[in-house]
Parts: sequence; C-alpha cells; structure tokens
Amino acid sequence: MATWAGREDPSAPTELLRLTGVSKSFGPVSVLRGIDLTVHRGEVMVLLGENGAGKSTLIKLIAGIHRLDSGSIQFDGVPVQFHSVAQGEAAGIATIHQELNNVPQLSVAENILLGRLPSRAGFVTPGAIRRRARQALARVGLSDLDVDQPVGRLGVAHQQLIEIAHALDVEAKLLILDEPTAALTAEEISALFAIMVDLRSRGVGMIFISHHLDEVARVGDRVAVLRDGDLIDVVPADTDQARLVRMMVGRDIADQYPRHRQTDGESEVLLDVEHLCQGKRLLDICLRARAGEVVGLAGLVGAGRTELLRAIFGADHYDTGVVQVCGRRLASGRLRQGIREGLGLVPEDRKSQGLVAQASVRENIGYATLASTAHAGFVDRAGQAGRAEAVARRLRVRMRDVDQPVADLSGGNQQKVVFARWALAGSQVLLLDEPTRGVDVGARVEIYEFINDITAAGATVVMASSDLPEVLGMSDRIVVMNSGRIVGEIPADQATSDQVMALAVRDVESPEASGGANPPEVSGETDRAQAPNHGDPIKDGGNR
Amino acid sequence: MTTGQVGAVRRRAGQDPKTWSRRFVANNGPLMGLVVLCVILEFASHHVFLTAGNLSNVLVQASTIAVLAFGQTFVIVAAGIDLSVGSAAGLTAMVSAWMFTSAQFPAGIALAAGLACGVVVGAVNGLAVAWGKLPSFIATLAMLSIARGLTFVISGGKPIPTPSSVSFFGSMIGPIPVPIIVLAVMGIACAVVLNLTVIGRSMYAVGGNIEAARLAGLPVKRILVTVFALSGLFAAVAGMVIAGRLQSAQPGAATGYELNSIAAVVIGGASLAGGVGRASGTLVGALILTVINNGLNLLNVSAFWQQVVMGVVIALAVFIDVIRHKGLSH
Repeated sequence: MATWAGREDPSAPTELLRLTGVSKSFGPVSVLRGIDLTVHRGEVMVLLGENGAGKSTLIKLIAGIHRLDSGSIQFDGVPVQFHSVAQGEAAGIATIHQELNNVPQLSVAENILLGRLPSRAGFVTPGAIRRRARQALARVGLSDLDVDQPVGRLGVAHQQLIEIAHALDVEAKLLILDEPTAALTAEEISALFAIMVDLRSRGVGMIFISHHLDEVARVGDRVAVLRDGDLIDVVPADTDQARLVRMMVGRDIADQYPRHRQTDGESEVLLDVEHLCQGKRLLDICLRARAGEVVGLAGLVGAGRTELLRAIFGADHYDTGVVQVCGRRLASGRLRQGIREGLGLVPEDRKSQGLVAQASVRENIGYATLASTAHAGFVDRAGQAGRAEAVARRLRVRMRDVDQPVADLSGGNQQKVVFARWALAGSQVLLLDEPTRGVDVGARVEIYEFINDITAAGATVVMASSDLPEVLGMSDRIVVMNSGRIVGEIPADQATSDQVMALAVRDVESPEASGGANPPEVSGETDRAQAPNHGDPIKDGGNR
Repeated sequence: MTTGQVGAVRRRAGQDPKTWSRRFVANNGPLMGLVVLCVILEFASHHVFLTAGNLSNVLVQASTIAVLAFGQTFVIVAAGIDLSVGSAAGLTAMVSAWMFTSAQFPAGIALAAGLACGVVVGAVNGLAVAWGKLPSFIATLAMLSIARGLTFVISGGKPIPTPSSVSFFGSMIGPIPVPIIVLAVMGIACAVVLNLTVIGRSMYAVGGNIEAARLAGLPVKRILVTVFALSGLFAAVAGMVIAGRLQSAQPGAATGYELNSIAAVVIGGASLAGGVGRASGTLVGALILTVINNGLNLLNVSAFWQQVVMGVVIALAVFIDVIRHKGLSH
C-alpha cells in the first residue's frame, strides 16, 4: 500500500496519460483519426462508442499491443512508445481484457503472478508467491480466497477480480477495463465498482469501456465518445443519456443503403419462429419473416443475435420452441434439413466459419450443392464450375478465375463467395450475421444490391448487424434484442438510431424494465453467459 | 490478413511471367527430389540402379508402403492421422488366412472377409473420432494396439499359410509382379476418389475448415467415418500384398509401417494440418523412401546407418517444404 503514498502528494502532477493526435489505420481502413485525450490520476474515464467505433484499437495502442501510425502518447510525464505489452506493464499500464485471460489449470496465486513468479536461482519460492498473491487479492477485496485452488474452478466474477489483482500486482498507475461488467451479475458489478472507487482514491487512473449507459454515471468521472474513429467529445459523466446516445450514433445515413422496399405487407411467411428458448441465451423468441422482406436484428454484442441465427439454422440445438421454414417444421439442430428446406447462413466470421481458405472459389461456392448435383457419387465438375462462374459473376466477385484459392481474395469478395454459395443453393430464407463486417464500401453496396435482388424475387432475409446505419438503411423492420430476448420491433421507416440504441442498452435485468414479470436472475447479455458462474457472493474485504 | 492477401497476389503476379516448366518444377518439389536422387544413385551404384530388374524390385518394395500411404492420404487430407494402418494390415491378412485354414471358408470368401475386416477396423476408428470425439491420434493409437493384439489372439502367435486368393497378391502376371499392379490400381483409385468424388472433395473441406464445412451443410461425421473406413480398406489391401509375397500371414507383419506411411504422405507435400494432399505426391513420397532404402542397400551401407539416413531424409524433406512455403508467403 505504501506504493500509493507518493501519489497522494498534492504537489504531484495530476496528468497521467496524454494522447496527442493519435491515428491508426489497418491497411486502407482508417480506424482512429487524430485522437486527443487526457486521463488524470484518480480519474475514471469512460470510453463510449458503438461496436467498431475504435475503442478497442485505442486501448490496444495505449497498452502497447498495436503501434501508432502518427501522434504521440505521454505517460506519467514522459513520451512513450511501447513495442509490447510487457513494456506497457513495466511502465505501469495494466489491461483487463474483455475475454478472460487466466490459465484455468494454474492456481490463483500463479495466475496473479503470471510472468513474474518470484524465484531464487531458477526455483520458485512458494512462500513469496502466496504472500504477494494475498496482498494483491486484498486490494480487490478477496483477502480470504484460497490462493492454491485452480482458477478454473472459480466463477466468472472471481476470475475477473483475479485479473484485476494481476494488474494491481504490477502496481499499475493506469488500469484499462474493457467491458469488465459484461459477464457479471448486478451484485458483482456493485462490488467491482466499489473496488474501482477505492482504486480511484489511491490515485489510480482508469479507462473504462462499457455499453451500459447507466454505468457511466455510477462510476465514471468523464466520458469520451468515439464514433467511426473520431473523438466526438469529452463530457462530464452526468451528461444526459439521450445526449450520449446521440453522440454515439448520430451520423447521417446517406444513399449508401440502396434498399428497395416491397410495399405489400401480407406476403407469405417464409420463416416462423415461435417461443424459441435456449438456456439463458435465448428467452422465448418469436420472430416472423415474410417473402420479400428484410428483417434487421439489432442489439449489442452478446445480446443473442448470433445464437438466434445459429439456432434457427440448426447449427446449435435449442431447448423448446418451433422453427418453420416455408411451412415445414424443422427439428432442432438438423442443419442439413434446414438447408434442404431453403435456409442459408452467412456466418459471423467468414474466415473461421464461412470459407475453406485453401480451396478454390469454385469449390467454396459449390459445397452446399456438391451432393445434390452429383451423379453416383461423382462430382459434376463441369456443371458446378459453370454454375459457380455464373453466380460469381452475378455477385461481381473480383477474381482471376474460379480456380483461384479463396484466401487470395479481398474480404469483400470472400464474403460474396459465401453469399454465392447460398445463391447457388437457391436459399429462400437467408440468415446473415454481420454480413458486411470488414467489407469495403464498394463490395458492401454490391452485397446490398444482391439482398435487393433476392428479396424482390420472393426470398426473405434476416440480418443481424452491429452496424446501426446498415440495420436502419437496409431493413424493412427492425427487431431489437437485449439479453437473449426480443425487446422491441420498429418499422424501419419510422426507426431512429436513438430509438434502437435505447432499446438495445436498456437494463432489462432490473425489475421495473422487465415489468416485474421475470425474476432478475437472468444474467444473459454476453456470449459468456453460459460460462460457469457459481454466483458466490463477492467477499467484501472491508475496502468499501 | 490484408497484407497476407496482398503478398499472395504479388506472389502470383510475380510467377506469371515464368515458363510453364519452371512452375512445374516449383510445384513438384518432391518429384524433383526423387529424380535427383535416382540420378545420384545411378552413378554412385555404377549403373546398377536404373536396370529393369532393380526398378521392378523398387516398385514391388514400394507397393506396400505406397498403398498404406494412399489410405493415409485420405485421413491426413481430412486433418486426421491414422496410426492403426500397420496393425490393420497385419490383422486383415491374418483374418483371411484363418478363415481359410481354420474356418474352412472358400479362398474368395476368406479374402473378402479380410478386406471387410479392414473396412470395419477403419469405420470403428471413424466412429470413435466423429461421434466419440476422440482425437484421431488417440483413437487410432488404441486401435493400433487392439488390432495387433487380435492378430496374435487369432494366430496364437504363429504364422498361418495364406489361401490362393491372398497368395495371388504376391505372384506375377506374365512378367509383371502383381504388387506393382496393385500399386497402380490403388493409386488411381486414391486419385479418383480425392479428385472426382463428392466424398473426396468433402475431405478437403473438412480438413481445411471443419466448421465451415459443417455450416455449408456437408455431413461431416459421415465423411470422417468414410475417410477412416477407406484407410482401413487400403491397409487391408497392403496386408494382402505383404502376406501374399510371404505366402503366409505373419502375426508381426507391417509393425511400425504406420510411421512410414505418414512420412510418405508428408514428404509428398500434404499438410498434417489438413486440407492439402495429392495421390501423386504420396506416390512420390513412398518412392523416395523406398529408393533411399534400395540405394543404400546397393551401396552396402549397414542397416543400422540406413535408419539414421531415413530419419534425416524425412526431417529434411519436410523442412525444405516448410522453407519453400515460407519463402513464398513472405
């Protein structure tokens, strides 16, 4: 604790971190432009912004994971340029990442001291390890936790606190917390905030990323709002929530969304989902999509959109509920039955789920139709090549020829190949998960035009996207998900981003928001909701 | 990722002006290695290597390892590994011999039972991998032990003479040894399956990206079972060749051959990470292993040193391949 004493000296400068004109591009994509930001000692700076606004990149620049293209970072009074996380840590910057980074098999103590185990002549010194681990744990209010048990046995909340203890052991002057509350229950969040308040009083500066607007005022001092790589403004944390939302999403939707809406609202229902439930991830989902319609699925990361699309497609099982495609009922988890009845999925991550990278464009387009076009087990090579070529041309896939490995294409053209597969299969119900993520503007518009084409021809599209302007621009109807539920539906011509965002960030766990109908034990809100969370109350070590 | 793509595009652009022959050499490193090896041996052995008699000898010697490796190619393309092929070869020949001598079935039926036994052994591996979710390394390691154990159980640890149907695999048709015909037939079968059939193309998809293959609607589990069953069938054929040449099924036959078959596939340019591999490459890999063996015999190198050389060659071949791919992608 003595380490903090010096910083409480009133004569010490209060400025801890200063970013000046910080910019970063990945290839041609400019992710951050000219960011100027200052964080003081004993201050909680909340970083707010939509998915893709540049928050993660910004903290990675500060932590030394990425390097700056231009601009400068001054930390603790001296200009710095970290080339690795280790250098950043040595200077006193610690990061708690969104994903847990513990080694589950190792003990609590070993995790806290990971990478800096005290040793003598190459042998670890167990006594010193336990002592230092307990010191670090005391700071996060877990002084009576058994430091010898494996971390994997603990709940998510404890694991998160152990990561914070790991960060505090390096005597961090600046602590970066990337959505630490996503996996926590309300009580656990309160305990975490108490620890943050304690750290603040000891002069630790913090950068806190959260999507939950109600957390901003609870724990923050100031709020920096990022949008599309620009710092919009830095405002006090008690700023009105509606204004914060406007700052986050307020951009004009120009003609980059060429949606041609169909007028008739009573066409045939192609996809009918009734009362779909899957653990705590999907709660009583009802959803219909009609021929010619684009249904936009909006919501935060972890709201359950991916889980819903995968459950409908049959990639994952669901517990109860009914899925019907073109009037035929599908069995849970029967992916190939779904494809036969007309389903197609463009998955979230084309690299790991959409494409076989070494295989050619022709093969990748043909996988869904490989067996149905074959003769006695032999591939219809000429036919498949011709059809793949035609559909690739229709989608304007830019390639040398259909035999080119798909790995050689740009992100946008790779994505078109995934679309082409379902176009060739004649899918009537297309499920799209982040269809234009990492896709350049030109290819994006071509994908939108393809969506227009197939809906005009009588197909239906369900499109989950974190890109709010895309959802507003391309959907006919917007369905908002939050914590595994559908919390609202808005016709697209009346929807505003503020409206959608307000539904997406609303705290559905509190009794008043859910109308008191559901007990507040549902802690969805994240892909990690299924992670073991034994719900042990966080032990209060007297720091509050 | 973006820079990798740019690199890949440049690499292709840079290759285009090159002549077809230079590209052929670049794409067929193992084959070039085999040619160089043969030339060296021809001179080192004072022109004994490239005689019809010796070449026929090399092909006969290569046949068992090549047939095992063709089966192994399916598995490795699908991102698996099959450690049980040696034991499966031993077991299947033993089953045929036992069916004929002890159970007194006709020779043809005995052969069919042996081949079917190979399919079953492979299918069990496949079921353990696809439904049991065992890593293929573990599932087939268990099968390696089980199949070898069963071979000893059936035979009581003694060799059993083979029926005529099995002995045929070690005989001659006119001037041509049957093992060479078997090598050709199984090689063509392997190439046809890999290139022209639904199951073959699906193997590349499953090995390249199993999740993408599943989400595209390919029956991943069925494909995996078929892959291992094919490997088992090829192992059975190899087992018949070994037993046929000896006119008897030996309980310890083909022990350790699984490692040679894996080496042949990998030397032939397949990736243990899956998704890449060709029948022609595997043939070249098997020939390289056999030619080195044959050459060292011609040069009177002791059998002890031959093992050392073999290990060095395997490491070197794959190392060259790694360097070649690294060199291209950076």
